[in-house]
Amino acid sequence: MPLPYYVSPEQMMKDKAEYARKGISRGRSLVTLEFGDGILLVAENPSTLLHKISEIYDRIAFAGVGKYNEFENLRIAGIRHADVKGYSYSRGDVTAKALANAYSQALGNIFTQDIKPFEVEVLVAEVGDGNGAKSEIYHILYDGTIEDERNYAAMGGQSDEIRRFLKDHYKDTMTLGEALQLGVRALTVTQNKTLTERDLEVAVLDRNKARRKFRRIPVEALGQLLGAAQ
Amino acid sequence: MGDGRWRSLFNDYSNSSFVELLRRESPHLVPGLGPTPTAESFEPVHGTTVLSVRFRDGVIMAGDRQATAGYQVASRRIEKIFKSDELSGVGIAGAAGPAMEMAKLFQTELEHYEKVEGENLSLEGKANRLSQMIRMNLPAAMQGLVVVPIFAGFDEKAGTGRLFKYDITGGRYEETNYDAQGSGSKDARDSLKKLWKRDMSRDEALRVSLEALIDAADEDVGTGGPDLVRGIFPSVKTITRSGFGDVADDEVRRVCEAILTERTRTGNGA
Repeated sequence: MPLPYYVSPEQMMKDKAEYARKGISRGRSLVTLEFGDGILLVAENPSTLLHKISEIYDRIAFAGVGKYNEFENLRIAGIRHADVKGYSYSRGDVTAKALANAYSQALGNIFTQDIKPFEVEVLVAEVGDGNGAKSEIYHILYDGTIEDERNYAAMGGQSDEIRRFLKDHYKDTMTLGEALQLGVRALTVTQNKTLTERDLEVAVLDRNKARRKFRRIPVEALGQLLGAAQ
Repeated sequence: MGDGRWRSLFNDYSNSSFVELLRRESPHLVPGLGPTPTAESFEPVHGTTVLSVRFRDGVIMAGDRQATAGYQVASRRIEKIFKSDELSGVGIAGAAGPAMEMAKLFQTELEHYEKVEGENLSLEGKANRLSQMIRMNLPAAMQGLVVVPIFAGFDEKAGTGRLFKYDITGGRYEETNYDAQGSGSKDARDSLKKLWKRDMSRDEALRVSLEALIDAADEDVGTGGPDLVRGIFPSVKTITRSGFGDVADDEVRRVCEAILTERTRTGNGA
């Protein structure tokens, strides 16, 4: 049996990281923003059926960019984790932190052990309640790196530029319309085209809703919100 | 060879089921799989009367608030009508412990499916799923821990309310207009039989449901009537196109008092 070529671990990690980054940067971007009533998630996504943003549990939402089949797998794993935990303990014991850690472990393991790393970044957001609990946003990279973000986060293709833009323009306690408009402007900051409501997938974690805080914003309402804020 | 890994993905159509997930990965959490004590060796807590009534815009579900253990009142305020999702609810009667666990599992099951698939199960699908869960409980039911729920909801496709009753083997029977379950169910059903009318409004259906529960409480020792001293009243929910809603305690109190006053005045129903 011929010996496999020797590749240094540094080189191997570098190659994998580059491969994953390339895959992710080809995809469209996604931003999330805290606003007065909760957390807003905005993705550029022309499909109305294949979602990038979805509900995990009462106060927790998930978003993914990159390869659909890969983050879809992670999404379902997250729902399973949350539902089993909530069923065996109580609904209040399901937290974004535990879930983000699980994602971080999973992506880290895949990155080091599999030949092909996942070409995804995922985001876990948890809206705080009215009793002073803070909102949490976790951003997990393809290699398992985990960051907790404050107020806003961006991921996907041109996330660095978008993050810079949000840093300059983010304000506290925006209304939903203002936050949405800022989010859409952030998504177009690196491209010279305008996004209409048909190019967007938008959802919020609305602190004022009863138990399940996640709510998608349908296209018609989106058009109105974008129009009103302009 | 080699394609076994992806082929299995197509065979595994239970991917969206929470119950199957528990069975696969946390079997110790699945209700009814462990050994079950026989009901003769202890006195299980029983929920008593729940009912469901179809009206113009959907269905009403109502239940008394009492739980009994033998000849003792075990609780005066238990809740027997549970929201299973936005458009359906389940009313439990029988052994309260397993019944509440089943309601919680059922609710998680529907929510899990909805989140994984991105859409709701059909009302028919929900009713069938509940029937399979009741069948899971059959070994416990044979030992005396019987759970027989009522399931009711709004069918978006048909544009109408529908209700289902079950037997201990998981047999599922659709009722067109009304049904009741539990120890006072016979009296509640008799009452509904006389009072139910086609095309009732919400307020009429609410009154009819409470009349039936008061009749059940009158005839059946297990069923609790409106408790004016403690301010405990039957719990009533409506399920219509616009979702699952509570009927406020105040309104239930007013209708109960109206019924009792009427009965005092006329002697009807006494």
